[in-house]
Amino acid sequence: MAFTDAKLAKYGRRARGNRVWMTLCMAATAVGLAMLALILGALVMKGVAGLSPRVFTEMTPPPGSAGGLLNPIVGSLIMTAIGVVVGTPLGVLAGTYLAEYGQHSRLASVVRFINDILLSAPSIVIGLFIYELMVRPMGHFSGIAGGVALSVIVVPVVLRTTEDMLRLVPGQLREAAFALGMPRSLVIRRVVYKAARTGMVTGVLLAVARISGETAPLLFTALNNQFFNASLNQPMASLPVVIFQFAMSPYKEWQDLAWAGALLITVSVLGLSILARSLSAQRS
Amino acid sequence: MTEHTVTAFDAELKDLQSTIAEMGGLAEKMQADAIDALSRQDIKLAQQIIAVDARLDHLQREIEEKAILTIARRQPMAIDLRDVIATIRIANDLERVGDLVKNMAKRILAMEGHFPPQKLLAGINNMSLMALAQFKAVLDAYTQRDAQAALAVWQRDGEIDNLYNSLFRELLTYMMEDPRNIGFCTHLLFGAKNVERIGDHATNIAETVYFLVTGQNLGVDRPKGEGIEPTA
Amino acid sequence: MSAPVSLPEKVSVKNLKFFYGANLALKDISLPLYDKKVTAFIGPSGCGKSTLLRVLNRMYDLYPRQRAEGSVMLDGEDILADGQDVNLLRAKIGMVFQKPTPFPMSIYDNVAFGIRLYEDLPKSEMDGRVETALRGAALWTEVKDKLDSSGLGLSGGQQQRLCIARSVAVKPEVILFDEPCSALDPISTAKIEELIDELKSQYTIAIVTHNMQQAARVSDYTAFMYLGELIEFDETSRIFTAPRQRATQDYITGRFG
Repeated sequence: MAFTDAKLAKYGRRARGNRVWMTLCMAATAVGLAMLALILGALVMKGVAGLSPRVFTEMTPPPGSAGGLLNPIVGSLIMTAIGVVVGTPLGVLAGTYLAEYGQHSRLASVVRFINDILLSAPSIVIGLFIYELMVRPMGHFSGIAGGVALSVIVVPVVLRTTEDMLRLVPGQLREAAFALGMPRSLVIRRVVYKAARTGMVTGVLLAVARISGETAPLLFTALNNQFFNASLNQPMASLPVVIFQFAMSPYKEWQDLAWAGALLITVSVLGLSILARSLSAQRS
Repeated sequence: MTEHTVTAFDAELKDLQSTIAEMGGLAEKMQADAIDALSRQDIKLAQQIIAVDARLDHLQREIEEKAILTIARRQPMAIDLRDVIATIRIANDLERVGDLVKNMAKRILAMEGHFPPQKLLAGINNMSLMALAQFKAVLDAYTQRDAQAALAVWQRDGEIDNLYNSLFRELLTYMMEDPRNIGFCTHLLFGAKNVERIGDHATNIAETVYFLVTGQNLGVDRPKGEGIEPTA
Repeated sequence: MSAPVSLPEKVSVKNLKFFYGANLALKDISLPLYDKKVTAFIGPSGCGKSTLLRVLNRMYDLYPRQRAEGSVMLDGEDILADGQDVNLLRAKIGMVFQKPTPFPMSIYDNVAFGIRLYEDLPKSEMDGRVETALRGAALWTEVKDKLDSSGLGLSGGQQQRLCIARSVAVKPEVILFDEPCSALDPISTAKIEELIDELKSQYTIAIVTHNMQQAARVSDYTAFMYLGELIEFDETSRIFTAPRQRATQDYITGRFG
């Protein structure tokens, strides 16, 4: 093919257009990354300053004195655990229904639609919902209400990932199991779950990462507690709520603790995300 | 016949078929020349016939090699498989026909100076013409893929056999008449046997053509001329 | 269509019609699968050969809007009948798929899994069954030292033989092969073909293949299908040397369309 001048000119325009477009894309990426770096930088600088062994051993202090974050850390762990333990089976079972039993049914598409709404519902709405459902009837804030509120966030995440992961399992694998004369429930439990296991675990990890940073649903449900408390029937401290409260306060000690707590949450969410990533990478 | 999706395959099959046609043309010409050479006692022509046979042998080897390559490359099926196998078989028959005519030509050379009188040649001449007609007919049947024509050739072979038997008796009489006749009569007898075998090869080709077209083998009981089968 | 009448029919397909929704995919198919013979199904993509295979073990049941009419007799019993227990049927009619589909578990469990569905065997007996099945699939010598490792770690050809072992382990009567070699290299393909040849002494086999030479090599009978119709069914030797139908000939000689 002969490269005439006209052709070369056209090619030149294309190449210039390409460079402009690429520059725009890279600039946008750079802005995003810079924001992230700034946030992380500020968080690490301020948070590391507030970190000390006392953070993990002492209770939240009264204003003006030193202390730690033991009670909110434990509270967060407990409520996250409740959220996962309650939410995961519901999400997995519902996801299984959508992917394996009701693929084409009308009910399934309705459920899927509602789930998508739930997935993007503002978490404060969920907090209010549980407030009406549990806190008002019980008459007081409680750790269990906080856990349940978190589980409502877990369900749609797990449901969605479970359905997606089950759908990724090749139909031929299912057919191969059916071809041996296996009933459907066995096919799902013994073969399909096994094939989708890492993906499903990844979904649960992502849900944990999501709820461990949630503040709004806990404000109306678990509230907060200055003291250590393992009773699920009492108001319970949690890291996000403590950060919210301490960061707004005028006291230097509280502000430092808020930064330390924020760093803790960020690091653990980051850790969970990396774990989830590496699990799903292993899979493929 | 519609073409293959892979047109190179068609080209290979056509090439095989045209080589068969070339071989057939050569063998036919050799036979016609042999008839002339015998009746005209033409030594030079007989020598030419012997030279042409080398070309026939060469073509037969070429077909064999090409057919093997085609089988290896294309894994022919059904009509194509029969086609390739048929070319191998027919090439073999044609090569044998060439050998038989060459043998006849050699006998003409050997008879130089002791040629039999023309009246003795009439019988073998007749027989040769009949074999040549059969041969032409079967080659036509091949190029036209005509199973019926092939069947007709196959059924006619008995006539050549009958001619051979009567010629055998005739030559035997001459030999008994005068021992000096024995030399050329023996040559003629062998020549007649060769012609009879050419007829057999034409029949073989007819069977091959029938198989090629229909996919079925002709029965084993080919019509044979009745009578003696001397051990040559 | 000519076939020796003396051969017993393991499976008899009679006037089978198959629908994907309103779409007629099989048009009135009737043919036998002779007992302990290999029957090959050939034809261009979309001709219905895989569909036919999936009717034989009622795999289509998994999908809504797919339905079959007519009858498919297995030892004189209509498997399309409403009362037919499909799980039991599938235990009797095994299937090997186009792509190897080992379960995500150990080699041993892959084979033992199907057996455990219907039988409770002591460990030693189960070991024997697994070994027999793996030997039957010509895989035993290659895997006997790593029975506990994942079936997914095997090569494609080995995985496919593992799938065959898995099918054989439940002692079916008929085995359906749906293009079993289309994802395999030529040597693995040869091993599978050799295996099919051995298996036919015990099982009735149906194989769908796009590879006509393969059909010619492994099968005793061949059915040529086109656009949902059975064009020709005959002995394989006949189909590949002198088919009766022009369409069959055009297809197998590579002149199609």
